[in-house]
Amino acid sequence: MPAPPVLDTPELKEKARQIRLDILEMTTRAGSGHPSSSWSATEIAVALFFGGVLRYDPADPWWPERDRFIMSKGHASPLLYAVLAHAGYFDRERLWELREAGSPVQGHPIQGAMPGVEATTGSLGQGLSVGLGHILGGRLNGHDYHVFVLLGDGECQAGQIWEAAMAGAHFKAGRLHAILDYNKYQETGPIAREMALEPLADKWQAFGWRVDEVDGHDVAALVEKLRAARQREDQPTILIAHTVKGKGVSFVEQDFTWHGRAITKPEQVEKAREELHAARG
Amino acid sequence: MQLGARAGLKPGGKPLRDHFGDALLEVARQNKKVVVLDGDLGNSTKAETVREAFPERFFNIGIAESNLVGVGAGFAATGHIPFIVSFSSFLLCNAYDQIRLAIAMSNINAKVVGSHGGITLGKDGPTQMGIEDLALVGGLPTFTIVVPSDPASMHAAVRAIAEHEGPCFLRSSRVELPYIYDPEDTPFEIGKANVVREGDDLTIIGTGIMVAAALDAAAVLAEEGIEARVLDLHTIRPLDEEAIAAAARETGAIVTAEEHLLQGGIGANVARLVALNHPVPMRFVGLRDTYVESGDPWDLLEKYNMTPDDIVAAAREAVAAKKAMVT
Repeated sequence: MPAPPVLDTPELKEKARQIRLDILEMTTRAGSGHPSSSWSATEIAVALFFGGVLRYDPADPWWPERDRFIMSKGHASPLLYAVLAHAGYFDRERLWELREAGSPVQGHPIQGAMPGVEATTGSLGQGLSVGLGHILGGRLNGHDYHVFVLLGDGECQAGQIWEAAMAGAHFKAGRLHAILDYNKYQETGPIAREMALEPLADKWQAFGWRVDEVDGHDVAALVEKLRAARQREDQPTILIAHTVKGKGVSFVEQDFTWHGRAITKPEQVEKAREELHAARG
Repeated sequence: MQLGARAGLKPGGKPLRDHFGDALLEVARQNKKVVVLDGDLGNSTKAETVREAFPERFFNIGIAESNLVGVGAGFAATGHIPFIVSFSSFLLCNAYDQIRLAIAMSNINAKVVGSHGGITLGKDGPTQMGIEDLALVGGLPTFTIVVPSDPASMHAAVRAIAEHEGPCFLRSSRVELPYIYDPEDTPFEIGKANVVREGDDLTIIGTGIMVAAALDAAAVLAEEGIEARVLDLHTIRPLDEEAIAAAARETGAIVTAEEHLLQGGIGANVARLVALNHPVPMRFVGLRDTYVESGDPWDLLEKYNMTPDDIVAAAREAVAAKKAMVT
C-alpha cells in the first residue's frame, strides 16, 4: 500500500483553507447544503487524512485492512466529499455535482455511492454503531485497523449514540475513536439553550470511554492527539474538539441560522471567498 | 393449535422458532462468515443455538435495537453475513430508521430475522405481536422478504437468505406448525411461490402459518365439491407475479390468508397484481384494523376470524362471486 501523504503544519493549514473554499463552492453552486457544519470540522478531517493518522489507499478504497472514517453527522457531506477528493479518491471536478439528480454525490452520504463513503448517514445518531460493527467484524477477520467516527454535538442527544457508547466500552473496542465536533450549536439554536449536553466529558467517561479535549481548529494539536488515540487499545476514545460553527467566514460564525443554508447572495459569496482566501497561512 | 389436522399434515414436533434455531445453527456451521447479533432474546427466538456452538460469532448487543442494527451493518461491511435476530415488532418498530438507512438504503448483505410474527405468540399480548411487520419491511425498497410456512421451508429459507446477496427479512413464529414439505426435498426458490395443492375452482394464497390453514380449508371445500389450488406465497418481495396471474386466469377467484393486518399485508399486494393482470373476485382473510389482546393462539385466531373455517367461508363467497360474474 502506498503511504498516504503526511503534511507538515503549514501544509495542513493550507489544505484546510483549500477545502473550505471547495465547500463554499460546492454548496453555493448547489444552492443548498450545510457549509457551516462542514467548516467547523474541516481541521479534524484534514488532520485525519493528511496528518498521518489514517491508513488508507485511494487506489484501493475498500482495502479490507484500511482504517475507516465514518461521517456520522451526515449533513457535513460537503466536507467528506471534499476531503476524499483532495485525498485522491475521485476527481475534484465531481464535487460540483453535489446534490444534482443522477449524481452519486448525494446531499447526505450514501454508503458506497462514492469511493470512501463508508456509511449512509443523515438521520443523526447512527454512525457510531456502524463503526463498532466494523471493529467487531475486523476482529473476527484478524485485522487491526482503527475506526474514526466524526460525531456532531447535536446528535449526542440521540439515544443510539449512548447505546453505541455503552456497547463500545463493553466490547473493549480500543480501536474505535469518536471525534466530537463540538461547535455548540444545533439547527434551532445554542445547544445549551435547546437541549443541554453538559457535563459531556463526564458522560463519556462514565460510559467507559477515554476522553481528551482539543481546540478543534489547531490542526497540529489535532494530529498529535489523534495519533495518541491510536496508541492505547484497552478502551474506546473520544476527542472532544471545541470548534466554531461556520469557522472561517465571519458572518456565518456569528449567526447560527446559517445551519442548513448555502451562501447564494453574490455579495455574501464574494465576502466569504475573500475571507477564506485571506486565511492563507 | 391443530393447524394441518384436517389436511392430514404431519405435526412439526416443536415450535417453528426451534426449527429456526436449528436452521441458523446449520448455516453458521456451513459458513464461517455468518455471525448472529441478538437483542437479548436469544432464548426466545432460539438464536442461542449459535451462542452455544460458536460463541465467538454470537454477540448479544443488549436491549438496544437501534445499536443492534447499526452494529450489524458494520459487520456486513467487513464481509460477514450478520443475522440480526429479535422480535419482529421490536426490530421493525424500534429500529426502523436504522434498518432503512444502514441496511436498505445502503443495500448491504444483512439478514434481519423477526421472530414472534403475527398474533399467535399469544399470551404475551399486543405489545409483543408483529402484526404490521410485513407492511413496515415492505416499505423498504431493496429488501427481500420471506415467510416460511413449515419446518422444512424454514430450513430452506434460512439457507436461501444466507446465500442471497442483499438485505433480507425473514419472519419466524412462536407456534408449532405441521410439515407441508418433505424435509429431504423442499422446493424453495426466492420469488417463486409454491403450488402446494392443485385445484381449478379458486386459489387460496397463504403465507406463513396460513398456508397450513389454507390446506385445512381446501380439505373442507373438497368435501363440498370445490377444488382449491393452494399457493404458498413464501416470498413477499419479490412477489411471484406469474404464479399470481396464473391463479387468477386459471381458477378465476382468489382468497388471500395472512397473519397480519390487512392494511399493507399480502392481500393488498396480491390484489394489485391481480388488478393489473387479470381481475377476478377476491376475498381477504387477515386482521381487520385492530390490536389483539393476550390469549391462547387458537382462541385469538377464532376471535379474529383467521381460522381454516374463516378461509372456507371466504372461499365460498369468492366462488359464488365468480359464478355470478360468469352468468
